Order: sequence, then structure tokens, then C-alpha cells
Amino acid sequence: MLAKDIIKPENLVYQKTKLMTDNVLSYCPGCGHGTAHRITMEVLEEMGIGDETIGVAPVGCSVLAYEFMNIDMQQAAHGRAPAVATGIKRCYPEKFVFTYQGDGDLAAIGTAETIHACNRGENITIIFVNNGIYGMTGGQMAPTTLPGMRSSTSPYGRDVNLMGNPLKMTELVAQLPGTSFVSRQAVHTPKHVRKAKKAIRQAFELQKQKKGTTFVEIVSNCNSGWKMTPVQANQWMEENMFPFYPLGDIKVPE
Amino acid sequence: MARELKLMKGNEAIAEAAIRAGADAYFGYPITPQSEVIEYLMAEKPHERTGKVVLQAESEVAAINMVYGAAGAGKRVWTSSSSPGISLKQEGISYIAGAELPCVILNVVRGGPGLGTIQPSQADYFQSVKGGGHGDYRLIVLAPSSVQEMADYVVDAFDLAFKYRNPVLILSDGVIGQMMEKVYLIEQRPRLTDEEIKQRYAWATTGKKDGTERRVITSLALKADEMEAHNIHLQKKYAEIEANEVRFEEFQCDDAEYVFVAYGSSARVCQKAVQLARNKGIKAGLLRLITLFPFPKAEIGRLTGQVKGMLAVEMSSGQMIEDVKLAVNGRIKAEHFGRFGGNIPTPDEVLYALETQIIGG
Repeated sequence: MLAKDIIKPENLVYQKTKLMTDNVLSYCPGCGHGTAHRITMEVLEEMGIGDETIGVAPVGCSVLAYEFMNIDMQQAAHGRAPAVATGIKRCYPEKFVFTYQGDGDLAAIGTAETIHACNRGENITIIFVNNGIYGMTGGQMAPTTLPGMRSSTSPYGRDVNLMGNPLKMTELVAQLPGTSFVSRQAVHTPKHVRKAKKAIRQAFELQKQKKGTTFVEIVSNCNSGWKMTPVQANQWMEENMFPFYPLGDIKVPE
Repeated sequence: MARELKLMKGNEAIAEAAIRAGADAYFGYPITPQSEVIEYLMAEKPHERTGKVVLQAESEVAAINMVYGAAGAGKRVWTSSSSPGISLKQEGISYIAGAELPCVILNVVRGGPGLGTIQPSQADYFQSVKGGGHGDYRLIVLAPSSVQEMADYVVDAFDLAFKYRNPVLILSDGVIGQMMEKVYLIEQRPRLTDEEIKQRYAWATTGKKDGTERRVITSLALKADEMEAHNIHLQKKYAEIEANEVRFEEFQCDDAEYVFVAYGSSARVCQKAVQLARNKGIKAGLLRLITLFPFPKAEIGRLTGQVKGMLAVEMSSGQMIEDVKLAVNGRIKAEHFGRFGGNIPTPDEVLYALETQIIGG
């Protein structure tokens, strides 16, 4: 059988969502960002809301998210994505608005913007990719770096007495009355990808129903920053990140 | 039709005028001496009057980034603060200038540095016209000197912001913000509909339709050549603004031998000083700056062929004087006189400075 006989629409079992551009992803091989981008865009496509959605990209590895997400996007200053999203959503309450942020952006420099947007119950979706390290700037300590974990600014491991404790933003925002759905997921295996996509879908469905802030954390890897192979990084993540950042829904609508 | 006449504070007048100018949104954080802006807006329920969004943000930093988001989606949006709060907004202002978004920012200046004082000042001139945030960018800076101009300039500011896709700063001070004067208000202008925004502003992120290119609001260009090209584009825009938008007003300059150069509250004081000088037989005049960027270099240059000296009067220790001296270029004597830290010069002090520093100096 020739290739031309196989490549036919009726034989198609999987295709890239048209809400992802053809640009080559700038992420390291093995990184979870590409999958997190794709499932977010798949959710928008499946809901048929790509043309009504404005995304907000952060500062960090995903600063160029707008190169890959084929929708209208704004790039925000470091940590300010929830404020930028607030400005858009307040002016366009019928449109869908989401932020896509890393741990340095959301849990360090943007802590105030994150907590207050969630506390006001801004009707936006926040997608929070937590890999416990600053990837873009070269592997420095993040607010979510685990105790004892090495980074270029905690080269002997994070000493919580000197450097403070990791911050569990997801549990924190779940306490706020403005959030309706808070979930923690992962994207390193097909099973986890399906669950994460389901959570993102629920977040946007609740945004459609104007239920307040929806928040999905994705615990991810950083094999470059962690100085591991992709396979080692995923294994390390399961053994070390998941016990500290347990997966599952933390807050669901009543 | 006669325009509506009211007695208002400067801060209230600008808030009312912004509603009438068809503003879509305001995001701010309280700080003295401009908290009346958001208080007035909240009391007026603009969401009911015109559909305008008014939100008290958690910080000036958040407020300016809310402005970024709304402006990036094509809305007529503004914010206000006073000096320490404007410092906090500088990161966002730089991003807004870099991403070429239209918006209006009001600074009701108080004395600094640091927490400073709550009394009026003009010590934020450098911050306003020389940058403030990081990178090579310019704001269009308008300086009202009355309550009426607070109301008038916010209308102009929105028009200029959209004409050039550039942030416009209204540089006021605690006197203009707090004092009450009569003000004529414009008729209510309709806000643009979402459909009108989509048609007028192709760059605005309002949702990508099938078959169209996605819109991206960003100030990032990782390649140096791209960033240089963007900077060259910005500089061309600023040159165009300098060529087209210089605004000033002259008071008794026709036969003047000496001129005061001033803006805002200082210009009001100088206007009285001109009268006092003329009573004494000194032919004084006033060049009142309306735009601080673009700066009226050509007009100052022209005046150097006519007058013997210039006194720059500012409520600062000497900031605008640097631009005056550059424009004068050594042709005549130009000096600074200022009171600062929250103090306002009196007309007598200003006249004495003219007599001692310029005429007798």
C-alpha cells in the first residue's frame, strides 16, 4: 500500500488542533509546556470558542505562548497576567479570557495579582504550570522549589531556614470565595493528559457560566533546569513533586 | 446649545469629563491628593450611566496592568494616581508604550522624593517627559492649569492616545486637583460599541475570527534587529508628535522683554507676576506650556530673538529649566526659580526672582 492510499481524511486518527500555529515550539524536548498548550487549545476548539477567547502570556519559558497559540493574545509584564486579564474581561464580560503562567510569574512576583484576581472572583481561567524552578533564566530557585531541591540559586539544596518554604498557591486560592474550581493535574502520561484536559474543559465551562475564577495547576517537569534526562525528570517528578503537590481536584462547585 | 456649567474640584471635573468623553473603563488605587477621582466615579455609577467599568485595584501596579489589558482590547481606558503611585505604574507604562497601546494616565503630583508630602509639586517633570520607566519611549504630556483644563484635556488626551497609539499623561498637581472652579462640561459622547472597536482598531485583541491573522499585543522582540526596527518605528512616531502636537499659550509676550516659562499651577502664579511686573514698568510676559512632550523648542528659540531673558518657574528644584536651556542654547540668559517640597511660590517671590536673577543678575 502506498502512502497516498493511506493519507486520506477517513483514515485520520489524530490531528493538531488548528488553534495551534505551525511554529516550532521553543521548549526543550521532554518539557510539559507543549502538551499543556495543546490541550488548552484543544479545549477551546472543542468548545468552539477560539474566536471569542483572549489569552494572556506571562514572562518565563511560556513568554512566547502567543507564537504557538493561534488566538488573540496579550503578553503581560512579569506576574501581572491576572491584572491584564481582569482589564480585558471587565470590558468584555461575554468573551473568554485566560492566563497561562509559570511558578515564578504566578507564585512569586505576581502573588498579589493572583490572589486578588481570585478573591474578586474575576471570571477568568488561570492555568498555572509549576515545575519548581525558573526555566527561562537558567534554573534558579522558584517559590515552589521543594525543600532540599537544588537549583542555581540553592546550589546545596533549598534550606527552608534560609530561603523560606515552598508556596502552595493552589491550596491558597482554593480558600478564597472568588474561586469556583481549583484543580491540580499533570501532563506526563496519556492518562494524566486526559485528566488535565478534562479539568481545563471544566474550568472554561464554568467561566462560560460566570462562576468566578477557575484555576488549574499543572505540575510539570524541567529536565534542563533539573539537570536530568526527560525520563528521569518525569520519574523524579512522580517521586518528589507529587507527594508535596498532590494531584486532584481541590475545590469543585457545590 | 450652552454647555453645562458646574462648580467642581479638578479631580471631580476630570472624572466627570472622562465619563462624558465616552471612556470605557477606569482602574485605580486611592492616594492623596487624587482619591476624589475614583470616589467621584464610584458615586456617579458610570456602569449605569454609560456602561463604563470602574474598578478599585489592589495596587497601582495591578491598575496599570488592567489598563494594559483593556487598552490592548481597544477600549478607551484610563487611570490616575499621585507621585509615589505613578512610580509604581512605571513598569506598566513602559510596557504600554512598547506595545503601542492608547491610554490616559493622570498624575496629580505631590511633593517627593519617597513618600514625600501630600502638598502640590511639579517635581515629577523628569519622570514624565524623560521616560520614567525603562527603555527609549515618550509619553505625550499635557499640563492643565485650571479645573476647566482638567476637563478639556482628558477629552483631547483620549483623542491623541488613539491617534498615535501612545499613552498620554496628564501632569497635574495637588492645587489643580483639589481647588474648585467653575467648569463647562461637554455633552455626553456615546461609547464605541464592540463592533465599532473591531472595525476601527484592527490591532485590538477582540477575538480572532476564522481565516484572519491572530492579533498579539506585546513589547517583546528577542532578536536585536527586530527590537532596533521597533525602536526606529517608535522614534519616527515621536518625531511626528513633535512636529504636529506642540501646544502652548502666550500671555503678554508680544512686546515682552522678559518671559516666564511655566506650566500648571506655576503658570497661574506667573500670570499674576506678569501683572505685578507690568505695574512696575517691567515688560514681562508668560509662555505657558500645555504640552511638556512635545516641548515647544521652536517657540522658545523664536523668543530668544525678542526677549532679554527667561525665568523658568517650577515647583521643583529645577527640572524643566534643562529643556528651556537646551532650547535657548546660550543665546540669552535663562534661569530657574522654584519652591518645592509642597510649597507654592507667590507672585511677589517670582517677580523678585525675575528682578534679581534675570534683570539685575
